[in-house]
Amino acid sequence: MLKEGQIRIPAGCAISGIMNKKGELTSGQDIIKSIAVMHDRSNGLGGGFAAYGIYPEFKNHYALHLFYDDKKVKQETEFLLNKFFSIEQAEPIPTRNISAIKNVPLIWRYFAKPKVKEMALYESESEYVVDFIMRINSEVEGAYVFSSGKNMGTFKGVGFPEDIGEFFRLDEYKGYSWTAHGRFPTNTPGWWGGAHPFSLLDSTIVHNGEISSYDANRRFLEMYGYKCTLQTDTEAITYIFDLLLRKFGLPLESAVNIVAAPFWSKISRMNSEQQKLFKALRVVYSSLLINGPFSIILGSTNGFMALNDRLKLRSLIAAQKGDNMYIASEESAIREICKNPDKSWAPKGGEPVICLLDGKESLYEFDQVDENEFVRHSVAL
Amino acid sequence: MSINYLTPAFLIERDKDRCIDCQVCVRQCANEAHRWDEEEQRVFSEDANCVNCHRCVVMCPTRALHIKKFPLEFRNNANWTQDAMRAIYLQAETGGVLLTGMGNDRPYPIYWDHMLLNASQVTNPSIDPLREPMELKTYLGRKPDFLKIKKGKLLEDIPPQLELDVPIMFSAMSFGSISLNAHKSLAAAAKKVGTYWNTGEGGLHKDLVEHGSHTIVQVASGRFGVDADYLKTAAAIEIKIGQGAKPGIGGHLPGEKVGEEVSQTRMIPLGTDAISPAPHHDIYSIEDLRQLIYSLKEATEYQKPVIVKIAAVHNVAAIASGIVRAGADVVAIDGFRGGTGAAPLRTRDSVGIPIEFALAAVDTRLREEGIRNQVSLVVGGSIRNSSDIVKAIALGADAVYIATSALISMGCHMCQKCYTGKCNWGIATQDPQLTKRLNPEIGAERAANLLKAWAHEIEEMLGGMGINALESLRGNRLMLRGIGLTDRELNILGIKAAGE
Ligand code: SF4
Ligand code: SF4
Repeated sequence: MLKEGQIRIPAGCAISGIMNKKGELTSGQDIIKSIAVMHDRSNGLGGGFAAYGIYPEFKNHYALHLFYDDKKVKQETEFLLNKFFSIEQAEPIPTRNISAIKNVPLIWRYFAKPKVKEMALYESESEYVVDFIMRINSEVEGAYVFSSGKNMGTFKGVGFPEDIGEFFRLDEYKGYSWTAHGRFPTNTPGWWGGAHPFSLLDSTIVHNGEISSYDANRRFLEMYGYKCTLQTDTEAITYIFDLLLRKFGLPLESAVNIVAAPFWSKISRMNSEQQKLFKALRVVYSSLLINGPFSIILGSTNGFMALNDRLKLRSLIAAQKGDNMYIASEESAIREICKNPDKSWAPKGGEPVICLLDGKESLYEFDQVDENEFVRHSVAL
Repeated sequence: MSINYLTPAFLIERDKDRCIDCQVCVRQCANEAHRWDEEEQRVFSEDANCVNCHRCVVMCPTRALHIKKFPLEFRNNANWTQDAMRAIYLQAETGGVLLTGMGNDRPYPIYWDHMLLNASQVTNPSIDPLREPMELKTYLGRKPDFLKIKKGKLLEDIPPQLELDVPIMFSAMSFGSISLNAHKSLAAAAKKVGTYWNTGEGGLHKDLVEHGSHTIVQVASGRFGVDADYLKTAAAIEIKIGQGAKPGIGGHLPGEKVGEEVSQTRMIPLGTDAISPAPHHDIYSIEDLRQLIYSLKEATEYQKPVIVKIAAVHNVAAIASGIVRAGADVVAIDGFRGGTGAAPLRTRDSVGIPIEFALAAVDTRLREEGIRNQVSLVVGGSIRNSSDIVKAIALGADAVYIATSALISMGCHMCQKCYTGKCNWGIATQDPQLTKRLNPEIGAERAANLLKAWAHEIEEMLGGMGINALESLRGNRLMLRGIGLTDRELNILGIKAAGE
């Protein structure tokens, strides 16, 4: 049977997210409880979490999480890792033995910094790290980098999300922002790399839905050097945001107005200045419109953003209580961990819910280099 | 007169019980296939003159006429077919090049018919175009690599774009090759539906200047009718390098078709032959093309997109890439089944490649080079219906050009005799007796209806795929599956086989 990446597998899902705006740290218990409520939206073939703020002692290092099929490929990959990075610490990611979780690959993490002299050919540090990850994932058979940000980590595998959470001992980590994903693929590749969240540097995506624009999006992304090796929507969506925000340096609102573009009829009712902008966004980036049903939570160091497709073909609920923000596919998943939110609402299609740490102005930070050029900071917190 | 070795191609059957000898067919047929015999006081047929254009069949008030293939049996021969032999009789008699009209009619594979579309089931919902918005709007023109935005404002305008409400335009047919009424019909239809028509290489008649905002003007090797006003009136300018029906060949409008109106519009003396050289005599290489593109842009102050149209030939992908780099805003590719007013038969039937392959190869190549998003891609060369369009867009086109289908909507019955100037449907002719048969208002309505009908069908198919904006179909080859194709063909088209 072909594994994910060799074949495209449609999937339905559940997503959930929790964040504290003041940056207060909580354990992974709540997010596990929340995603467990939506058990029936997954089928035990994929679950995962992203956690921000969990590695304060290594906050200036890239935390690289890797799956290996065997020791040989681990050796081979570590050789490359050592060539391109200075490794501060290498260790197996701690896990618990759980009967429900089987066929576990080798799971390792490395806290690493890029080697400066190797970086010379690259425009930026992030470009260098991304290129390294892309190469490992597409060229080294049996090795897979599934997390690569700083002071954050992705944990995922084949199983129900609540079991994956227990397996990775997420109750022992403390983070200020958590997202989770339960997967219902219509086919079983049984491959750990295929589970979600999908992440690149400190961006993570959990996503529910099957997009109908996939190949149009993919073929556009490939022109910019992205390799969609997993053939999943989530991977494509991650790269779309990476391209728009990091490479093109567009503001988040513009990225939202590209992927969930307003209808032309709505654009025609805008004032002329806005019309010009919205028309330009749709005309120039038309291939990045994400069509078909989706709800996503895009996580970053500064916070997260939840977004629905422009027709709202997937459910998504948001809630707030004090400094805590909640997002989930179903309201029950929020009520489970927050009985009486101050408010809860269903965001409209194409209208993002953006939730940032206090003091942060956008999901990603930009650095004004000259008059008109924007370049993203290399992922420092 | 020496014996004509040719036998008639068609047989005119007149039902004696029905015919009332009204002579309508006699008056309708410019080919003189029907003859009134004064002495006998009845109508006779001249089978040899019949081109099977169906004009008489449609006009006959008593439905007395049937046209059949002439029931002449040659001895069975898979090699020496009737067509092969007739061609030789004709050439033996005339010593001339065989001429024909319309597109390649040989039984080459039609790849559109070997591709199947997808639809949503369960894992994502289909969209009902009657309930939900469905967007076909398409913009053609050069796109910058990225936008500069500051504080919610666009810092630099995007280059000029053609705005299409449907992804279908009328492709080039010159005044001269078709009638003024046909031009009027196309122009009005384009305006009605929110798209564009194309003048072809014969200039823009003064009566049509008012439709300028929906007009693409062509600059071809003959430069007929080209002046500053012509360029400025238009919405876009198309440089014609080649045409699918006759790649590598120029054009020739015989002097007898150059009447008062044609002569004025083409800006050539009355009754002179209008000859378009095979190449542009100022374009012998890609750098020269660049110069022409930029002179046209200069002349129009960079306000109009420039389209470069080429025929689909063997190394079309590399040529298209060069055209993009030369500065074209839109690349139009015409497949080997594209129509024409007149072309040498052997060229039409054996030069060029199918548009499906050309499109797939160009789109793939431009993506590999990372320049696909800079330009728009328009394809033509026998788009017969709305599903051909959906497939073309899924393969990678932005929009399509149609010409033959537009003429059929106005009455053309595909007799392939456009080059004779005797089109009984008032389309491919300049004879005032014939051109008045095409009422431009009715022609416009019929052509517009066709586009509207196709637009509805495209919306249905998009909705079925769970897509509500056409751009999400563009280059979305996962929506296609091949049937009855070899691995090699699937590879070139960049699609999977049905069942995969
Ligand atoms: S138009 Fe019909 S009815 Fe009239 S003469 Fe011809 S065949 Fe007879
Ligand atoms: S345009 Fe007229 S002459 Fe040409 S094929 Fe059609 S009917 Fe025949």
